[in-house]
Amino acid sequence: MEDAARLLQLVVNGAAAGCIYGLIALGFVLIYKATEMVNFAQGDIMMLGGFVAYSAIAHWGVNYWVGGLIAIAATAAFGYALDAIVLRRVIGQPQFAVVMLTLGLGFIFRAAAGITWGYDSVGFDTPFTNKTVKLGGLILGDDNLSIIAGTVLLCGVLYLFFAKTRLGVAMQASSQNQLAAYYMGIPVRNVFSMIWAISAGVAAVAGILLSPVSMIDVNMGFLGIKAFAAAVIGGFGSIPGSVIGGVFVGIVEQLAGYYLPAGFQEVTSNIVLLGMLFIRPQGLFAERMGKRV
Amino acid sequence: MRYLFRTNYKQDIRAWRHSGDVFWYGLLIATIMIIPFVLGEFYVGEMGGVFIFAIAGVGLMLLVGYTGLISLGHAAFLGIGAYVNSVLLSHGIPFVITLPVAGIFTAICGAAIGRPTLRMSGLYLAIATLSFGSIVGTVFQKWTAVTGGFDGFAVPTPYVFGVSVEGATGVYYTSFAVLLFVLWMSINLLRSPIGRAMVAIRDSEVSAQSMGIHLAKYKTLVFAVSAGITGLAGALFAHYVRFLAPDAFDVLLSVQFVTIVFVGGLGSLRGAILGAIFVRLLPQAIAIVRDDLPFGIGRLPGLEPSLFGLILVLVILFQPGGINGLWLKTKLWFQAFPFKRQTSGRRQKSYARSERLR
Repeated sequence: MEDAARLLQLVVNGAAAGCIYGLIALGFVLIYKATEMVNFAQGDIMMLGGFVAYSAIAHWGVNYWVGGLIAIAATAAFGYALDAIVLRRVIGQPQFAVVMLTLGLGFIFRAAAGITWGYDSVGFDTPFTNKTVKLGGLILGDDNLSIIAGTVLLCGVLYLFFAKTRLGVAMQASSQNQLAAYYMGIPVRNVFSMIWAISAGVAAVAGILLSPVSMIDVNMGFLGIKAFAAAVIGGFGSIPGSVIGGVFVGIVEQLAGYYLPAGFQEVTSNIVLLGMLFIRPQGLFAERMGKRV
Repeated sequence: MRYLFRTNYKQDIRAWRHSGDVFWYGLLIATIMIIPFVLGEFYVGEMGGVFIFAIAGVGLMLLVGYTGLISLGHAAFLGIGAYVNSVLLSHGIPFVITLPVAGIFTAICGAAIGRPTLRMSGLYLAIATLSFGSIVGTVFQKWTAVTGGFDGFAVPTPYVFGVSVEGATGVYYTSFAVLLFVLWMSINLLRSPIGRAMVAIRDSEVSAQSMGIHLAKYKTLVFAVSAGITGLAGALFAHYVRFLAPDAFDVLLSVQFVTIVFVGGLGSLRGAILGAIFVRLLPQAIAIVRDDLPFGIGRLPGLEPSLFGLILVLVILFQPGGINGLWLKTKLWFQAFPFKRQTSGRRQKSYARSERLR
């Protein structure tokens, strides 16, 4: 019983951490599906979102929910501008140029955040900080539950957006076939920038949800590397796959931290990633297209 | 200006274009040989560092610039070379053996990691090498029995035929010799059929394959050669720093290596060396002007990585040819003077190439 409870606790904590990975991976996947670029600065955009929320809530004294919305909107606008100003220029250059470009942008964001908000870890009060729920002998933190609930909610909203709205369908169309989308009168370039905005917004949500669990600091963006494992498990093209992959990575990481000697926890996600690439490089949820990696 | 008349097919694959090349590069080598007698120890040490980074840059250039594969894990190969060399030296094996062994062992590691990952395209390769790099970094930290962990590892002084290689001058001459060897090898590799195959793979994998090039074989070979060269650089790097700390070989170092390749100019060995000079001297330049900058910019903690990031972004956006491209453009301007046209340096319009359906 003791063991089972402990195991369940680890699984819930892992799932919560995994949801964050999943949300970052979701950002990768949205952008990759549409533009075949990979945004190595996704984790740093999450950090920026977290810091904006911190400014709004802790400095300007607005409500948690309003502050969160401000942060999401600001980060989304930032994502739009990033694509419209910088990334649109490198279309057609080899893919590793984009990789290096976004890596470089990540360094710049990190320094900019350090200059603006300082290099210390910060945090702000949320409705979920230091509260727990008892569920039949299990003690679960509100913060972890809020992450899981927030992720589920966000996925639902995104699903409805892509399936039901005109803009969402236009986005699907332009990521499936750019030329055909142009012929149908879809402003593909703007749509791509909108996708960057959504992806940045999702990253901001991840940053805000993460804040009660871990402090916000400049090096938060390195979580993005773990999120690659999630995206690869999901097949780098599947939105539900990336979230499921994230949860898987999170749980495996928690279990490895508990059952394996020290040092394994940090590399678990990397080992999972490499193992996945060796065994089944197309991921678990890849669409059955002709795509091979 | 010199006009090259092609009178012979062999002329196209010669290592030297004409006798002027031999003269100028010979002069450069002679100058480098006498520099330690002229300049102070600090400058000699710094130049030794530049040579080591140039070796690694040449290794990565073969991979990124000529074969079109990216690696974000080359710091791990540098680390493997450094630790193999130092551990073997501390067991009393002479330096003339440990140096090539470090290179060969790293090349085998490169082939082992390259074989499965090279089935993937650019993006997956970047991610896979990134995570390989961080796994190796963690191994360096945790495998304390061999690497000493965070206590560090003091590198023993090497002896070459009874003469101890120590101090800045020793590292300077050794790295320069290795750099010359690596350059000679790379030039010959590039004008051999293997080099042609590499360039063909870079330009189009499909057409390379249809010309009968075995993709997996050549990619693995290039990855191994690139890793091996980086391992040689690592062995020298160990003597350059003299004290190995496991956290020196992190992602930031890998990014610096790729910066060398991009800033220097993709697809030219000269670019790798120019890039190495740039990347090594930038921190020194920052250190010199640090106190004179206004508004305390110089004392910001994250200045150096962010400058690297900024330069990388600017180069990719505005000068994809890197320093080498800039040099070629300048040369063209003088050669064609006064007939430079507005369109001379303009890039061809490029379109997105889909990797989705292959």
